[in-house]
Amino acid sequence: METKMTLLTRRDALKLGLAGGAALAASPALAQLQIVVEGANFQPLPIAIPDFASSDPTFGREVAEIVRNNLRRSGLFLPLDPASLPIRVGDVNAQPDFASWRAVNVDGVVMGAVERGAQIQASVRVWDTAQAVQVVGKQLGTDAQSWRRIGHIVSDAIYESLAGETGYFDTRVIYVAESGPKANRVKRLAIMDQDGANVQYLTNGNTLALTPRFSPNNDLVAYMNFDSGNWQVYVLQLSTGQQQRLGSFGQMTFSPRFAPDGRRVVFSVEQGGATNIYALDIGSSQPVQLTSGAAIDTSPSYSPDGSRIVFESDRGGSPQLYVMGAGGGQAQRISYGQGSYSTPVWSPKGNLIAFTRQSGGQFSIGIMNPDGSGERLLTTSFHAEGPTWAPNGRVIMYFQDPGGNDGPRLHSIDIWGRNPQTVPTESFASDPAWSALRA
Amino acid sequence: MHIAAPISGVVRFFALTLLVVALAACSRAPNTMPTGVGNVGAGAATPGSQQEFLVTVGDRVFFDTDSSALTTEAQATLDKQAAWLNRYTNYRIMIEGHADERGTREYNIALGARRASVVVNYLASRGVAANRIQSQSFGKERPVAICNDISCWSQNRRAVTVVQ
Repeated sequence: METKMTLLTRRDALKLGLAGGAALAASPALAQLQIVVEGANFQPLPIAIPDFASSDPTFGREVAEIVRNNLRRSGLFLPLDPASLPIRVGDVNAQPDFASWRAVNVDGVVMGAVERGAQIQASVRVWDTAQAVQVVGKQLGTDAQSWRRIGHIVSDAIYESLAGETGYFDTRVIYVAESGPKANRVKRLAIMDQDGANVQYLTNGNTLALTPRFSPNNDLVAYMNFDSGNWQVYVLQLSTGQQQRLGSFGQMTFSPRFAPDGRRVVFSVEQGGATNIYALDIGSSQPVQLTSGAAIDTSPSYSPDGSRIVFESDRGGSPQLYVMGAGGGQAQRISYGQGSYSTPVWSPKGNLIAFTRQSGGQFSIGIMNPDGSGERLLTTSFHAEGPTWAPNGRVIMYFQDPGGNDGPRLHSIDIWGRNPQTVPTESFASDPAWSALRA
Repeated sequence: MHIAAPISGVVRFFALTLLVVALAACSRAPNTMPTGVGNVGAGAATPGSQQEFLVTVGDRVFFDTDSSALTTEAQATLDKQAAWLNRYTNYRIMIEGHADERGTREYNIALGARRASVVVNYLASRGVAANRIQSQSFGKERPVAICNDISCWSQNRRAVTVVQ
């Protein structure tokens, strides 16, 4: 094909067809291989992923291993042990010998090839061995500096073709890395790939830095910094490393989140013991007050269409969840279960709100509809808090702390309450925030 | 109105915190009601010194779970603090609000600020000049007692008066 000279990104991945008339059923509509994600009898899909063909076989194996790890950790796939497969290295240019795959009970086969050049390019095909058809064929690329990304981009292509939703592997997580004794713990911002690779520390730990949140384009991070005697919101630009204080409002400014258009930040301002929610257009110095009164109003989160804000307030006695218009005004309480509710986060699709619930001496991470109905608790433990959504709205990351002298770790669970995972980090870690898919 | 703390004040504050951690560790028996560090024994403190404030007046008050209301005991401690502060007017005062770990991070930062604010207002009502007093909240980020039971968490729900 004429695609060899084209710069590829995940957004303009090209469909790959087999040369020589073998481009059977490139349309996914004919494919039967699909994961039904809901239901009590859910079983992860067994899938064979031989090492990717490459002029550098080690590179081909490493990329395939990233793909196998991602798909395994999603809980929706069961990648088979590569040593058990009929072939060790895939051939992306030939139709597989379907009979030999069926003979070892493999329904889905991924064949890939990857090469480094001015950029990294990968070709990948997913085959349905039962139907003897290609489910997906794509050519994908990324820049040569970030080779692990090609594994994530390929993983997203496979996930999207088989799991009925966009993927979330080519993403990053920003979090608080914690070290030192608990009474005087160092807390600094760190960023990593969603699988724990490529950790970078963003602040030096001289001040406490908490609750980082990405802007929608992933380039800005709003967080709170215990600078000059109290908490203040800072905005850090990842591409330049520059940062500045958002402004100086009230005694303490904290709990920042970006609006979905990326042009506004919503946050809490404390003055004289009362905490209210304000919004500020970036570049402006005049915040708009959205809530008023003597209560604590904090942890705001915009609906993805930007029209509403869910937040936490103890105006009724204990912390509960409320929804108001993005311009403030009348707020509707939506949480009514036993105990208290906090840290609401609107899902990327807008259909759910994730939260922390505290009741009976335990902490739970749960989800509910935006009107408060349909509450489901996904995980309960001694201490868990701070949910953040994967960009496809199917996985939630949060932090969990066993208490005592131990410290927090990042965990994830899917919205069906399945597949609990620990997210690997070098140190104790808290306050994860999941990025959007990278451009 | 926000006034940056001078660096030396910050250093001194951390030094005091460490001292208090060491003292608090001594009084962790479940049925010992924590009453600040005033009960560890008077003696060596020079009148008007920071150590006297710490040891004989008591630098901290404690709160019930999720509450920022002053208990009778807390009010008695703050009355003693106010009397001392009104006598030694050369000190500036930082009120630190803290929460225990049984809450979420952002809410606890706001709760610590509310507790600090209640103490600021109480001291001001007892004649301590408001322009001497600043406050800050650490939420649950700086516990003094570390364990997994109620006696321990109660020591962390505190407002500490730091004289500087």
